[in-house]
Amino acid sequence: MPLPSSPTDLTLSEARDALRTRAISSVELTGAFVEALAGARALNAFVTETPERALEMAAASDARFAEGSARPLEGVPLAIKDLFCTKGVRTTAGSRILGNFVPPYESTVTANLWDAGAVLLGKTNMDEFAMGSSNETSYFKPVANPWRARNSNRTLVPGGSSGGSAAAVAAHLCLGAMGTDTGGSIRQPAALTGIVGMKPTYGRCSRWGIVAFASSLDQAGPMARTVRDAAILLKVMAGVDAKDPTSADAPIPDYEEGLEGGVKGLRIGVPLQYRIDGAPPEIDALWAKGVDWMRAEGAEIVEVSLPHTKYALPVYYIVAPAEASSNLARYDGVRFGHRAAEPRDVTDLYERSRAEGFGAEVRRRVLIGTYVLSAGYYDAYYVRAQKVRTLIARDFAQAFERCDVLLTPTTPAAAFALGEKTADPVSMYLNDVFTVTANLAGLPAISVPAGLSENGLPLGLQIVGKAFDEQTVLRVGRSLERAAGFSAKPGAWWKAA
Amino acid sequence: MSASPERAPRLIRGASGEWEVVIGMEVHAQVLSKAKLFSGASTTFGAEPNSQVSFVDAAMPGMLPVINRRCVEQAVRTGLGLKARINHVSVFDRKNYFYPDLPAGYQISQYKTPIVGEGEVLLDLAQGQTVRVGIERLHLEQDAGKSLHDQRPGHSYVDLNRAGVALMEIVSRPDMRSSEEAAAFLKKLRAILRYLGTCDGNMEEGSMRADVNVSVRRPGAPLGTRCEIKNVNSVRFVVQAVEYEARRQIEVLEAGGSIAQETRLYDPRAGETRPMRSKEEAHDYRYFPDPDLLPLVIEESWVAEIAASLPELPDDKKARFMRDYGISGYDSGVLVAERELAAYYEELAKSADAKLAVNWLNNEILGRLNRDGRGIADCPVSAAASSAILGLIADGTISGKIAKDVLDIAWSEGGDPATIVNARGLAQVTNSAAIENAIEAVIAANPGKVEELKLKPKLAGWFVGQVMKQTGGKANPQVVNALLSARLGLSGEG
Repeated sequence: MPLPSSPTDLTLSEARDALRTRAISSVELTGAFVEALAGARALNAFVTETPERALEMAAASDARFAEGSARPLEGVPLAIKDLFCTKGVRTTAGSRILGNFVPPYESTVTANLWDAGAVLLGKTNMDEFAMGSSNETSYFKPVANPWRARNSNRTLVPGGSSGGSAAAVAAHLCLGAMGTDTGGSIRQPAALTGIVGMKPTYGRCSRWGIVAFASSLDQAGPMARTVRDAAILLKVMAGVDAKDPTSADAPIPDYEEGLEGGVKGLRIGVPLQYRIDGAPPEIDALWAKGVDWMRAEGAEIVEVSLPHTKYALPVYYIVAPAEASSNLARYDGVRFGHRAAEPRDVTDLYERSRAEGFGAEVRRRVLIGTYVLSAGYYDAYYVRAQKVRTLIARDFAQAFERCDVLLTPTTPAAAFALGEKTADPVSMYLNDVFTVTANLAGLPAISVPAGLSENGLPLGLQIVGKAFDEQTVLRVGRSLERAAGFSAKPGAWWKAA
Repeated sequence: MSASPERAPRLIRGASGEWEVVIGMEVHAQVLSKAKLFSGASTTFGAEPNSQVSFVDAAMPGMLPVINRRCVEQAVRTGLGLKARINHVSVFDRKNYFYPDLPAGYQISQYKTPIVGEGEVLLDLAQGQTVRVGIERLHLEQDAGKSLHDQRPGHSYVDLNRAGVALMEIVSRPDMRSSEEAAAFLKKLRAILRYLGTCDGNMEEGSMRADVNVSVRRPGAPLGTRCEIKNVNSVRFVVQAVEYEARRQIEVLEAGGSIAQETRLYDPRAGETRPMRSKEEAHDYRYFPDPDLLPLVIEESWVAEIAASLPELPDDKKARFMRDYGISGYDSGVLVAERELAAYYEELAKSADAKLAVNWLNNEILGRLNRDGRGIADCPVSAAASSAILGLIADGTISGKIAKDVLDIAWSEGGDPATIVNARGLAQVTNSAAIENAIEAVIAANPGKVEELKLKPKLAGWFVGQVMKQTGGKANPQVVNALLSARLGLSGEG
């Protein structure tokens, strides 16, 4: 296979194959990415770079290739969202409160990657505790989207919360990355940076060792430049874990196999309720294009109804903060992380450690969550939200009696400018309008880059599937990817910076 | 066994008439299991501080709880022992509050849907009364760690060894009407848990502690406002706390005051209850289902399996003792209070009359244990050895009096009773010739007494005593009596 001018232009599957044929060594490949990282600090995609470890791991992989004991991801350099605990490597969750926390353990998902031979390039920037849709809530400063609007030098957000991972993949700073998705945190930044991002079924990947945001919604997933790359990563990440009782003991098919199977004979649902007022016409136009592509590829298009869609966002902003308010109680300055100086007493220690350690968005959500769980409000908010959540899941179950997957836009708009929405949290929350439903229902969903907005920014389309049917989601995603033929790349402005 | 429908009212006389005390209890019983409720860490008592703490117990980021099946089994076993309903689906909730010995900032407990529902405990009171105390529920929860405030001035330390250890919270109905009943409840519950092997019941080590709810009312009136006395850690203190608290409430009410619902602590040194230092803010625990744990589903087949493995429990054992051994309800109740005591008794009853065995156990064994401050489990003379001593009485080898000496020797020096009797020559003399010789010696030495005997037949007893003395207490009393009667021409049994 002829290699591109730079190894960083390889897709993950191309690099994997090149490594296997020894056309390139992992040290060469990894070295190219280490160099790319160093040249892309203007993006602020990484909180921690681990070049020495990366090159060590790459050398070990090359030794494996030499002795013929290579594993599925041998020598493949990846970036990891800084929400995954990595043994011996600082893990911040994008927050000050974790301070210089260095986990003495490795998350199950990343352990699966290393056991498959992958190489750690570094830990990517993110919204604090995964709370945000623009990466602006990070204690480690925002990430810049590698993309800029046509004829503009304005810095745009990469989306969030997995904004660092999305930017790193889009700017070719890694072959693929790990993200987590609680309400759209993989799919929304993937759409805004022109890459593929997938949230698997709840329970598909272990949550053990991932800093918790909202336990009933959080799910790890792959971010990559192609659907095939995402399929390769998911295969390695997935699996039941005795340490996570919510992980599922479901068979893991070979997702790469059958990827090119097309959509002929599949029924693709188009939910009426995803057409929302005030969305730019280009969103609906792209969606209509997607429908046409799928029809042209041989799918049957079915109109379906998800009547409780309009309640999804309010439900999400009750359930997620409620769980977060409890999950984040452990950050109290007593055992690890940031601790306020010279506390007067234990209450002062708590109050100041948390006030100093958490940023504004996290404090806001902890307050909301505490409020909705309080005596006198619990039934009106939390209990009612759980009931509506059940209805939303039922909507999907009923829709899937009539179709195999759903096709929707991923986001209501393309990337926006830094600071544009920070003053109005609700307008920020609206970014998740098309993505939160899959989290509330626990369903697998993928965002595939499908076109450019009028001003030249990437837009994504989303495929939502039945629980544990990632295989069909990936197959349809691949069909969409092929039909859309998205090949635009961001101008590498950050290299000049 | 039938619960007596009418129980004698136990009223407390106040200045303005009679009052009734109403008591309910919440007992925290530490589950006997090697590992904690949601982590694999060990539960051994008394280890070095913070040496038995897993990442889960310390609530490190990203850690998840995994339910320990053994703890669930123990809770089901306990539920069955309390004749309670087992809930096949139960839910773990988070109880949220901040405290340094609560690493996650929440305790995993069961709030709305506990693992065990309604059950009962029967109390055996003096005079053979039986009182039924309803069990409202039993749920599983995590214990907290321990805050240490006395290590260094101005500093507090936290030991997380206990953090995450499984507790069963057992909640009674307010069915107790006296401190005696409260004590009986706690003892009976402890006995059941120990029989089941689900809690060691060691109150001194804190593996069982009680929150006691006390209120008073006029007989027949609706329930009064209760106070909760937290963390009482001995049966004796429960009695003292209830008595003090009932008196206190009566005094307040009789002086025209009202009882504020509050939590109090019992101070054994002062012998009084005091309100706990009121927290600045009222707690709102914000309970909600723990999203890290799926609902706990228990298969009926597993419950049946556990039920089949239950040991005979105190109430059944008591009924059997009364039926099979013909001993009184009171005696049976005392014997079954401890599994080891009941087992000891059954061993004795194999070789002795059932009632004689009760007396031997009550008077000789328990008397000595009390004197030494030991429990039946640490009894220096095994049930088999004890049984052997009774066997030696039964077959006439030794007298009842000598038996006590043999017991004393076995108690302090150990050894097999038969060997002790042989080695020390303690066997009864039943040989007529030896006894006749002794009789002749006594007669020869006391000619006056022989004459006197003719007028005062009651003097025969004196002769028996002299012969026994002569034989070092080893002569068989029956043989002595018979030979003396023949020799002195006494008629009948004299």
